[in-house]
Order: sequence, then C-alpha cells, then structure tokens
Amino acid sequence: MTSIEIDKVSRWFGNVVAVNDVTMRVGPGVTGLLGPNGAGKSTLIHMMAGFLAPSSGTVTLDGAAIWGNEQIYRQIGLVPEREAMYDFLTGREFVRANAELHGLGEDAAQRALATVEMEYAQDRRISTYSKGMRQRVKMASALVHDPAVLLLDEPFNGMDPRQRMQLMELLRQMGAEGRTVLFSSHILEEVEQLAAHIEVVVAGRHAASGDFRKIRRLMTNRPHRYLVRSSDDRALAAALIADPSTAGIEVDLQEGVLRIQAADFGRFTTLLPVVARARGIRLLAVSPSDESLESVFSYLVAA
Amino acid sequence: MFHPTVARLTYRGLLGRRRIVVLLALPVLLLLVSAVVRALTGADDATATNVLGGFALATMVPLIGVIAGTGAIGPEIDDGSVVYLLAKPVKRPTIIVTKLLVAIGVTMAFSAIPTLIAGLLLNGNSERIAVAYAAAAAVASIAYSALFLLLATLTRHAVVAGLVYALVWEAFFGNLVPGARTLSIQQWALALAEKIGAPGAITSDVALPTALVLLAAVTTAATWYAGQKLRRLTLAGEE
Repeated sequence: MTSIEIDKVSRWFGNVVAVNDVTMRVGPGVTGLLGPNGAGKSTLIHMMAGFLAPSSGTVTLDGAAIWGNEQIYRQIGLVPEREAMYDFLTGREFVRANAELHGLGEDAAQRALATVEMEYAQDRRISTYSKGMRQRVKMASALVHDPAVLLLDEPFNGMDPRQRMQLMELLRQMGAEGRTVLFSSHILEEVEQLAAHIEVVVAGRHAASGDFRKIRRLMTNRPHRYLVRSSDDRALAAALIADPSTAGIEVDLQEGVLRIQAADFGRFTTLLPVVARARGIRLLAVSPSDESLESVFSYLVAA
Repeated sequence: MFHPTVARLTYRGLLGRRRIVVLLALPVLLLLVSAVVRALTGADDATATNVLGGFALATMVPLIGVIAGTGAIGPEIDDGSVVYLLAKPVKRPTIIVTKLLVAIGVTMAFSAIPTLIAGLLLNGNSERIAVAYAAAAAVASIAYSALFLLLATLTRHAVVAGLVYALVWEAFFGNLVPGARTLSIQQWALALAEKIGAPGAITSDVALPTALVLLAAVTTAATWYAGQKLRRLTLAGEE
C-alpha cells in the first residue's frame, strides 16, 4: 500500500500563489486530479514527483520526503505533460535507456513496451511518432521499473478517441492491480470515465474531494442560468415561474431575451419544452449562459 | 560518479542533430588555414605561435567548449526531456560529472587534436610549439566544459552568456586590460604551454602553479555547483 500525503502544502512563485494550503492523500486505485487550466494541477504533480519544493507544508511518499530524494524514484513512475523525449532515439532505445537508469535491462524494457503495445514501432525513431505513440512510449518509460505509484500530467491531451480508450483501459488495470495512479485533467468526462476518486483544485485551492458521484451531484445541483428567446417571452416567463424548478426570471426587453435561473437543473430542462408546447410558444433559442468550466468549478469552491 | 547510459544519451545528443557540423567547422577551418599558411610562408615558429595562440587557443577552443559544454545539458533542460534522467534513482552529481566527462571528451577531440595536427602542419612541432598548444587546448577544454556546463544549468541563454565570456571577456578585455588576463582560462592554459614549449617560444601572464590551481578550482567549483543546481532543478510547468 503506497500513498502520497500532501499536508498543508502551499507553493508560490514570487507574488503568485499557485497552490494554496492543500491537504490530500492519494492512495491505491485511480485518482483523477480535476481542475481548469491554470488551477495548480501541474504544480501539485510536480511537487508529488519531486520536481518542485513546496513553499510550505510537506509532500511525502509513505512518510519519506519526496523533494531532494532521488531514491523515491524507485517507487514513482512519471509521465510528464511535455512532449520532448530524446527524439533522436528509437522507442526501444529510449525505453531501454530508462530501464538502465533504474539498473534494469532489455527484459524490463521489452516488458514495458509490450504493456503499452508499442513493439510494432519500437525500432522507429521517436521523431516519427504520432502524439499517441509518444504518449505510450512515455508510459512505457514510466513503467519499466514496475512502480507502485504512477503520476500522469494531462495524459489524454491530444489523443484520439481510440488511443484515449486504450490508455484508460491500461490505467484502470494499473489501479485494479493496487497501484496508486494519479492523473490530471481539465476535462470532466475523462475523469468521470476513469476515476472513482476525484480531487478537484480550483485557483490553487482544494475545492472538493471524494467519490465521483458526490461531486457530480454538486456540479449538477448548482443553479444554472439560461438565455431563452421565444415567440412570447412574457407568457413563457409566467408559465415557468409557476414551477419550483425556476428560481428567478428577468425579462430583458432591450435584448428581447429571458434570463432564467433554474434551481433544479434536471427538472427545468424537461419542463421548458413541455410548457412551451402546451402554451403554443415557439422556442427560438435556449442557451446556458454559465456553462464554462471555470464557473462550474468556482461554484464547487463556494459549496 | 559515471553512468554509461547518461554518457550515451549525452554524446548522441551532442554529436547528432546539426551540432556536429558546427563542431567540425572550426577545426576544419584551422587545418585549412594552417595548410595554406605553411604552403605560402613555409615553416615558421612565430607564425605557428600566432595561428595556434590567436586562432586555435583563443577562439576555437572556447567556442567548441561553449557548444559542447552547454550542449551537454542545455537542450535537455530547455525542452524538459532532462526529466527522464532526473526521475531516476541516480545521484544528480553523477549525472553532472558524466555529462562533464562527455563534454570534455568532445571538446578535446574537436579542439586539442586539431590543434596538434595544425601545429604539426605549421612547423612540425619545432620548439615543441604544437605539443605545447595541444596540451594547453586540452586543459582549457576541461575548464571551459565545466564552466559552460554550469552556465547551462543556470540560464536558458547559456550559449549567449558563454560566447560573451569567451569572446568579450577573454578575447577583447584580455587584450585591453592586463588584469583581465589573469582571470582567463586561456591565460592559465597558456602557462602550461609556456612550460612545455622551448624557452621564450610562448608567454603567459600567469605563473604555472597559480594557473594550475585556478584551473582546478574553477573546474571543481563549477562542477560542484552545477550538481547542486541540478539537485534543486525545478521544471517550469505549462501553467
């Protein structure tokens, strides 16, 4: 059982606070680190991987400090976000070199290449690889020493759907084997498909932690705002406000739109077309006005 | 303190890509100049000293040192691929020392050896000038490699900083300000050449014991500090 403990960790760069008093524990199984771009996910992963010192607080692996401790890499496999990886080598040479740096040999390299199904292209130069192939060779390099902990920074970026599914399957398998797998993502659906456990960071703060369904509920239960245009705005407004799923409506005469705040997202979305049809009102436009990920996340912070 | 895998990755990175062309250009130029000079003026000790001291040791060795020293680690730090070396249970000073040895080897191969051949071409090692300058180039290779390797761990503009040191400090100030010469790797190396060459053939502003102590001190301090920098290297994130 290997776990990473992040205890009251902050990290600032000059005047900018990237990570603000975060405490979390990442244990065996697959954990998704979710947050919008710039939330501090990479900073957290860099600290967990020993490439950044916390400004305050501690980051430990089973009690041992990670920063400044190269022995920790016997247990950690890291898949960085950046693309660069000794492009002048072939995939096999690259993975072999990674194995040698762990004191291992060709067997370990071949096993890792087989795990990510890259044997067919292992003798081609990395510079000729597609994004997905690079990602898989990066995975192989992180797996050569059979690590207990696997850290992946935005591993699905730029992958096509098939590659994404393959990698997800691989990570699921790693988690099921009892490894501690942590990956970051800014895409809710990715995390939803893969991780049972989620840590959400927003603007450097630890916004939510726990079971995916709980967080999903928090996300869907927040008040939703919609812009609606119809053939009869006032009649539609009157009909909608009668239902408890609608918390408030503003009739914007200048713009000719209704600004609706829905209290119950699920109920409202089924109510709106039913009400409109019953009243013979045509819906010309229905658009959510605050669906950006940032607003979803900032709601979570407040919750 | 030496890791063969780190060495292999380093020299393949150094000698691959386009860097090999740049590394070869200066030695080829030196050999061409030497052959032409010999053909036009015949064997002459003063001319040999001018070409070897003025071009080989003053210009070629530091430039090759900049390319090999910064190239041994700079590109990996720049593009982030150094993470694959650092995320391993290998001591950071081992990585630095290995990269330094590769940089020294490359600098010597592309500067000290051509200097020796150029010297033989110019005057057939008369007054031991060829051997003296080759030895000077070899010891300078060590100190330059260490210094420029350190620069590459300190700044992303290591090549520029290295060129400024090599060309502005050593070549320009060194000629104008006598004091600057005593703080110049080139002069320290010349002290060795002075000792090896026939009396009066080569002169340096620095006494040999001082020069050797300074060469050793710069090499050791730069290597130690580069190891420290690498231990504390933080990778700039995408954020």
